[in-house]
Amino acid sequence: MSGSSVRLTISGVGHRYDDLPVLEEIDLVADAGRVLVLIGPSGCGKSTLLGIIGGLIVPTAGTVRMDGQVAEDCLNPLTPVFQDFALLPWRSVAGNVSLVLEGRLPRREREARVAEVLALTGLGDFAGAWPKQLSGGMRQRVGIARALAVRPACLLMDEPLSALDAQTRALLLDEFAELIERAGTTTVYVTHNLNEAVRLGHRIAVLSRRPGRVRAVLEIDRPINGRSAADPSLVAIEQQLWDMIRDDAVLAERERVIA
Amino acid sequence: MPDIAGPVRFRARGFAPRSIPGAAAATLLGVVALWQAGASAGVIPTLFLPPPVSIVRALYQLAISGELWLHLGASLQRLAIGWTLGTVCGIALGFAVGLSSWLRSPGMAVVSALFPIPKIALVPLFIIWFGIGEGSKVATLAFGVFFPTVINTAAGVDAVSRNLVRMGQAFGLSNAAILRKVVLPGALPAILSGFRVTTSIAIILLVAAEMIGAERGIGAFVLQAGNLYDTDNLLAGIVVLSLLGQLVAWVLGRLERALLGWR
Ligand SMILES: Nc1ncnc2c1ncn2[C@@H]1O[C@H](COP(=O)(O)OP(=O)(O)OP(=O)(O)O)[C@@H](O)[C@H]1O
Ligand SMILES: [Mg+2]
Repeated sequence: MSGSSVRLTISGVGHRYDDLPVLEEIDLVADAGRVLVLIGPSGCGKSTLLGIIGGLIVPTAGTVRMDGQVAEDCLNPLTPVFQDFALLPWRSVAGNVSLVLEGRLPRREREARVAEVLALTGLGDFAGAWPKQLSGGMRQRVGIARALAVRPACLLMDEPLSALDAQTRALLLDEFAELIERAGTTTVYVTHNLNEAVRLGHRIAVLSRRPGRVRAVLEIDRPINGRSAADPSLVAIEQQLWDMIRDDAVLAERERVIA
Repeated sequence: MPDIAGPVRFRARGFAPRSIPGAAAATLLGVVALWQAGASAGVIPTLFLPPPVSIVRALYQLAISGELWLHLGASLQRLAIGWTLGTVCGIALGFAVGLSSWLRSPGMAVVSALFPIPKIALVPLFIIWFGIGEGSKVATLAFGVFFPTVINTAAGVDAVSRNLVRMGQAFGLSNAAILRKVVLPGALPAILSGFRVTTSIAIILLVAAEMIGAERGIGAFVLQAGNLYDTDNLLAGIVVLSLLGQLVAWVLGRLERALLGWR
């Protein structure tokens, strides 16, 4: 895997659900092989933006462009990882990964690919397990394995760790950093968690309260593998981010209670 | 303030029924034994309620004379054809209603309008439409099975997580693949649990239809026996129906375990 050379350009994207304006004037670039993190208060339209990027929601304004070259064996350029894992409970771990390869790869190759990504995500011994037998962390590893199996050009991750407990989150965060860095896949990563943002992001876009606009864009020009949560410069950036979104977060929280 | 001292007492006794092994069989055997004893002692008039021994004897006679298989065969055939027809059509419409906004409202309107009709009331109409033979009986069963199947299937399709469908779309799976690999298995638990309801409806309608106009079939046999005050055979027929119901339930249980082992 030589890394992805695909760049995403979000230009003038806006969205409204009926009368509810959710996103306005979003201009962002996800550089090839790098991680763009989206943070913002709850309800500001992060998932909506990710849906628009992934071609699952038609924006009411603006466009998203994909430029570059995808690998020869890429089966699904824009590939999601879900907060709730989205595994089929009636398929085994291997079956869930195999699902996205069926009809696209001959059986031999498919089995080899499944084995490869399961090994990569530490699931080698769990190929035959049912999702319900796995912990949350293991389930999300299946989600990652499934995403990697299609050789994505871009990973679209919507709060992939937020359903997990703090310890599992820390473990998986390290694994993500390594996998993403190694594969060099262009990634858009949505999170509430500022710590995740500074650990994974090459570029961090801060969205405002709904309707979401880009309030600020920070760059952290450093390899993500090997970044430490205790690194003072990252802690400083985290603090800076928190200062930016605190007021919005409080207001968004109140809005949710009223709504 | 009052003092408190001493070990904490267990307070969560009760409301936790356990099943006692063998109790079910023992109860049934006990009832049968009491029944037999009551009949032998002359407490239960045997013309009105023949004792278990007579019923078993009648069953045996029916089995060796071949009469049992004649009636049972006719009933099973109607049951199989009618139930399958209603189920296949019901699942098809259930999926259509569950998946298509075009068909949803019209489909549900028709289903809600026709669902409450007691299907037995339609037997005379079906006899006019399809004749006194097999057609009217199969139609009655199919019709009775069809509506609950539509409703169960549509509910099962609705219950499939939108997020799983979205996952399939986001991975670029075809609609056919999503339907077959996501929606169908997701709806299967609801469809299979509907089978329990529809098979018992089918058996009720089967007997009713056979009583209205048939020469063969367990329903017809029970009715004839009743007309002749032949209560031994009448009850033998009822026992066969009860066994049939249990057999169907057992098969469905097996099917659920085989198909829904992941739950
Ligand atoms: N399909 C929909 N129809 C109508 N409104 C929607 C729909 N999806 C989301 N919304 C609303 O749009 C707003 C933005 O939703 P979105 O899920 O994109 O926010 P988010 O930033 O991902 O929030 P969270 O942090 O809670 O995940 C919310 O107020 C939400 O209630
Ligand atoms: Mg969201």
